[in-house]
Amino acid sequence: MTPWLLLLISVLSGTAGDLLTAKGMRDHGEIDDFRPGAVLRVARWLAHNLHMVTGILAQAVSFFSFVALLGVAELSFAVPATALGNVVKTLFAKMFLREHVCWRRWAGALLVTVGVILVSI
Amino acid sequence: MAASTLTLDRPAAKSSAREWKSHIFVSLAVIANTLGNFLLSVGMRPMDFQPWGSPLQYLRIFANPWIDVGVVLLLVWFAAQLSLLSWADLSYVLPITAASYVLTAVLGKVFLHEFISLSRWFGILAISMGVLLVIGTSPRARLGAREILP
Repeated sequence: MTPWLLLLISVLSGTAGDLLTAKGMRDHGEIDDFRPGAVLRVARWLAHNLHMVTGILAQAVSFFSFVALLGVAELSFAVPATALGNVVKTLFAKMFLREHVCWRRWAGALLVTVGVILVSI
Repeated sequence: MAASTLTLDRPAAKSSAREWKSHIFVSLAVIANTLGNFLLSVGMRPMDFQPWGSPLQYLRIFANPWIDVGVVLLLVWFAAQLSLLSWADLSYVLPITAASYVLTAVLGKVFLHEFISLSRWFGILAISMGVLLVIGTSPRARLGAREILP
């Protein structure tokens, strides 16, 4: 039971984290200026953005539940199982961020997931 | 005539510039992530590290220069990935940055002389094909639809 619960927490919080940080960056808009002062301004702006802050917190939860998962399950289970998150994230990016996911992106996400499973088993 | 050419050209030039920028940042993210993880593993290997041991251990890790450089590279990876998300779709960024799995396997084979089994080669092939498929799409393919995240 515990490995499956940790896996669920890791995948769900990882998905939420990626969606929220992507939304936070989109709130900010395209970054064009990469001089140190401008980058610092972006960082300060992001530190006050609710999507970005909750997104990073969710990614931290995902990271620590993944580390905990490694404590109770083998790496060859943990990595392929969390790779399934790729497909969930693509689906949610379409649903919540309204991204246009064409067949090439679906095929890419599936191939990458299958590939990660093959590489890590 | 000249005005219509200009208005037609501008979005095309912007999207081509965006694709170039995307390719540069994808390469930066993939290389920084792969090298960062590689250096962390090189640095951690000789250490007798117990995850549930004294908290002092966690501070001692940073006395190792390999780990310091690895952490800096992972920060570069995080910054590059976030910048990428400011103009590219999540469904574009996620599959493409998986190229780091391929680079990690190559590094392991070349520098650590690790054995790569047949199923791993097939996995590397599948990831590479997935990356090539996605990198051919436009980084931002949303056509003005509204997001429903609050």
